[in-house]
Amino acid sequence: MSDIVLETRGLTKHYGGVHALEDADFTLRAGEHIAVVGDNGAGKSTFVRQITGVEQRTAGKVWFGGDEVTFSGPIAAREAGIETVFQNLALADDLDVPSNLFLGRELIKFNLGPFSILDRKAMRERTQEALTKTAVKIPNLSNTIRNMSGGQRQCVAIARSASFASRLIIMDEPTAALGVQETAQVENIIRGLKERGVPLILVSHNLRQVFDLVDRIVVFRRGRIVASLAKHETDGNDIVSYITGVKGAEAGAYA
Amino acid sequence: MADVGSVAGVAPKTVHRRQWPGEVNVLIGLVVIALVFEVLGWIQPAWRSDIAAQSFLFNKLRLSIIIGQVAITGIIAVGVTQVIITGGIDLSSGSVVGAAAMIGMSFAQASTYSRAVYPHLTDMPIIVPAAVAILCGAVAGFVNGGLVAYTKIPSFIATLGMMVTARGVANWYTKGQPISFPTDGYTVFGSGLHPVMIFVGLAVLFHLALRFTLYGNRTYAIGSNEEAARVSGINVERHLLLVYTIAGALAGVAALVLTSKNLTAQAGMGVMYELDAIAMAVIGGVSLSGGRGSIIGTVLGALIFGVITSGFTFLGIDAYYQQIIKGAIIVIAVIADVARQKRAARRA
Repeated sequence: MSDIVLETRGLTKHYGGVHALEDADFTLRAGEHIAVVGDNGAGKSTFVRQITGVEQRTAGKVWFGGDEVTFSGPIAAREAGIETVFQNLALADDLDVPSNLFLGRELIKFNLGPFSILDRKAMRERTQEALTKTAVKIPNLSNTIRNMSGGQRQCVAIARSASFASRLIIMDEPTAALGVQETAQVENIIRGLKERGVPLILVSHNLRQVFDLVDRIVVFRRGRIVASLAKHETDGNDIVSYITGVKGAEAGAYA
Repeated sequence: MADVGSVAGVAPKTVHRRQWPGEVNVLIGLVVIALVFEVLGWIQPAWRSDIAAQSFLFNKLRLSIIIGQVAITGIIAVGVTQVIITGGIDLSSGSVVGAAAMIGMSFAQASTYSRAVYPHLTDMPIIVPAAVAILCGAVAGFVNGGLVAYTKIPSFIATLGMMVTARGVANWYTKGQPISFPTDGYTVFGSGLHPVMIFVGLAVLFHLALRFTLYGNRTYAIGSNEEAARVSGINVERHLLLVYTIAGALAGVAALVLTSKNLTAQAGMGVMYELDAIAMAVIGGVSLSGGRGSIIGTVLGALIFGVITSGFTFLGIDAYYQQIIKGAIIVIAVIADVARQKRAARRA
């Protein structure tokens, strides 16, 4: 029981008359990597937005690390130890890599309130460590993000989450806009997280990727969780039939 | 899955070299423009028999005039630069100079001439009018910042409103009468090279703040991607409030120097200064879309501004043409910025 990292019961979100998420029961255990799949508009992103505090849920309960939680915003979720790599990268294009990694939690050499002196050297060193740990190669740390490729930017965003996330990382389609090599690089980072035992929720459209990377697959359809299957007890065709509604149309809640 | 380890190590095709700072381009621009005037100065007698060949650059008086001319608008530009880096704009600084000049000066008058707003408040120590002028600017900036940060109206509109309002305050304060005859001590801010020293001092101070402090990092972060800054836990609203307040306070400093130099305050002071200040920043490579630029760039932009103004006079070009050409230069600077961004976007 104590190895449950994240649990939701009856998680529901309505946007006016639109029932985007209905009665979602979801459990994530320590070290587990779970993929969230489903068609567009199936409720995947809505689900993520409820657990990361980006939006406030209509009904239901969320437990994180054994405590019932209600995050007032993404910052509260982050402080609790949930790091999110958003679909639209939360990076500042005109800052260098260390400043992006430490955005909002900069290291300070000398405290002068808003005019506190930054400890750029320490931020650089810690960035180098974080990038090494996640096997990300960035040629020049003092270059601004603007001049980097999509893959490099995504790697910075993930390295940023991976180096701070103490307890859970959520990635919303991290490879959606990336090329083959870059996708491989991101997937490699995800494998590294698995080895380090950092739990992950991966929202993805890419079933090949999902079967490659995660332990369990949760399928969303029309705002409901219609299946939660361990990787070895299912296959691509099975998942597709859940996504398209061939199977599980009668579905209720899965734990 | 093939050997992913080696894939992760594949060198990306994009930029490896260190970025060329945009300020270098501005510096090259400054040198080129100055050299053009230098050459024109020497060959000028070829078409103007009334003038002897002379150097443009090697003239101490001219150089001190150039710097002196841009010092006051330069002080404003230091503040405007920071606002533009956050992705905003401040159109109110010229009017704020007018209002701060009037209100500040009313505390600076000498007892020998007591037709002031406050007849009993004469011969105050100079710290009083100085503090009042800067405070006036800061209050105006605070209101600007509050409107932009909390009501979410575009900075263009918020500061346009302040532009009209502050000019109104300047006119209302003495019903259009100028305020003159400050105490002897008050002249200290505007005499000799003091305006230049104040300009350079403030430029260095805020350059350091932008480069080495939390304040700077967050200013660039907000201008670069406000949403990213917000989800990263930066209090965007409070930071914007601070940046606009600083810009207002700097307009107050400019008012102080201006009135001290001219020994008078008039409600019409500072008209169009905001545009000169914005032009200095833009010529200096500060991007109007936010996130990019520096105080060094703005100082260089101010010098380009000063060199061009002085150079036109040096060549005897009519003041009417000067304005037309200056306007064109500003537009060209913005076009160059947009082109730079497109290039950068293609590379990424």
